[in-house]
Amino acid sequence: MDWGTLHTFIGGVNKHSTSIGKVWITVIFIFRVMILVVAAQEVWGDEQADFVCNTLQPGCKNVCYDHYFPVSHIRLWALQLIFVSTPALLVAMHVAYYKHEAARRFRRGEKRSEFKDLEDIKRQKVRIEGSLWWTYSSSIFFRIIFEAAFMYVFYFLYNGYHLPWVLKCGIEPCPNLVDCFISRPTEKTVFTIFMISASVICMLLNVAELCYLLLKVCFRRSKRAQTQRTPPNHALKESKQNEMNELISESGQNAITGFPS
Amino acid sequence: MSWTFLRDLLSGVNKYSTGIGRIWLAVTFIFRLLVYMVAAEHVWKDEQKEFECNVRQPGCENVCFDDFFPISQVRFWALQLIVVSTPSLLVVLHVACREGREKRHRKKLYVSPGTMDGGLWYTYLISLIVKTGFEIGFLVLFYKLYGGFSVPYFMKCDLKPCPNTVDCFVSKPTEKTIFILFLVITSCLCIVLNFTELSFLVLKCFIKCCLQKYSKTLKSSVCECHNLRYVKYGEMGAPPLLQNHHLDSAMSTAQGGETKVLCGTQEA
Repeated sequence: MDWGTLHTFIGGVNKHSTSIGKVWITVIFIFRVMILVVAAQEVWGDEQADFVCNTLQPGCKNVCYDHYFPVSHIRLWALQLIFVSTPALLVAMHVAYYKHEAARRFRRGEKRSEFKDLEDIKRQKVRIEGSLWWTYSSSIFFRIIFEAAFMYVFYFLYNGYHLPWVLKCGIEPCPNLVDCFISRPTEKTVFTIFMISASVICMLLNVAELCYLLLKVCFRRSKRAQTQRTPPNHALKESKQNEMNELISESGQNAITGFPS
Repeated sequence: MSWTFLRDLLSGVNKYSTGIGRIWLAVTFIFRLLVYMVAAEHVWKDEQKEFECNVRQPGCENVCFDDFFPISQVRFWALQLIVVSTPSLLVVLHVACREGREKRHRKKLYVSPGTMDGGLWYTYLISLIVKTGFEIGFLVLFYKLYGGFSVPYFMKCDLKPCPNTVDCFVSKPTEKTIFILFLVITSCLCIVLNFTELSFLVLKCFIKCCLQKYSKTLKSSVCECHNLRYVKYGEMGAPPLLQNHHLDSAMSTAQGGETKVLCGTQEA
């Protein structure tokens, strides 16, 4: 049980996502999950063992480490990835419910013309419209909220995205203000900035996807309004009437010109 | 044998669950199992190595650690996950029993072995009650064992062979507290989901029973009405069956909807 399970859960949503959604899923799994698993966990592996304070006082190191790192960077990223991926499950559940209802109606004999068999319903790509549009848009909205929230929590907890190489700590039982040294601060800063940048890119993709969905709906509504204002039958009638009027006026003119004055 | 085995077993339960049951499964997989595997396990990795007491007496640290953490919180979490997930397997077992029975008798005994009716409904209900009981039980046990849901950054210990009351420092207490709170919140969420599913199932069954009773009383009252008419037209002297037929058709055309409903129910 690992990130592969999450990939299986989210991968199922991929089929029903927009193109921007598919790009988002790719960025999440390649630039964030893979980097976290392959690199970040190695870099942070010895974070407490190699956290050294300039004192022999037992307990001082523990207390100082706990004060400066209430939650480890990699745990926070893991939680962020889990929370950011979960809204996609709402879409998966909605699609599953929609297919279940379609299968039920098919078995009752309705909508036989739309689908060949039950397998066809399972393979069908569900369009993002109606109630699914609302579910999909809400999931994107929550994703943006979670990304922003975690980025803020990160900034708030660590006073920025840069790790210093020495920290000053004077908490009990440390006897005085002692220097404490973090292991690999530069490498950790590089990875922190990388993960934050990937986060920002994902957030921008989500915002772009939301705008795209809103524009699609507005465009569809204006198209529908346009076709309602000039329905095709009425347009045809108008053009036929115009033709007849032209014929009448032409014949009338001919009649007038032909009449001996 | 690892967590994937449990995950695969539970995925089989998904087929026979209600909608709320599937939400429970998703919450358990993602917010409990996945969080445990990718994050929580690593927080407690070096708990004993980094547990430090302010004394050089050999054995004092070991004794104090054992006294404060009889079972590691993360192992307790894993145990809770396993125990809480297993009642769902009762449902899978029952469905497998049904399928076995159908194979043995070589005929269709049920509408579908996975339909929640009869004995399977009771099995599902019992599995829900047992699951909820285990969740509440584990939460209460956790509270009693560790004296709350937070991890203090230091503890006082005076057990032998420690020479006096010494200060012992726990590693990563804040991070551990955060994950323990996460565990408690997801546990409570699962309890709420179980209660909701329980109420939903009981209410559904109750409504079905009421509707069945109501339709039975409606059918019996319609039969009485038909008998009364039969007697009434009998008084007029004509053969009752013939007269009934004529008058029924006359009434259906004259009175329209109301009579049609009566006839309709009779025909049904």
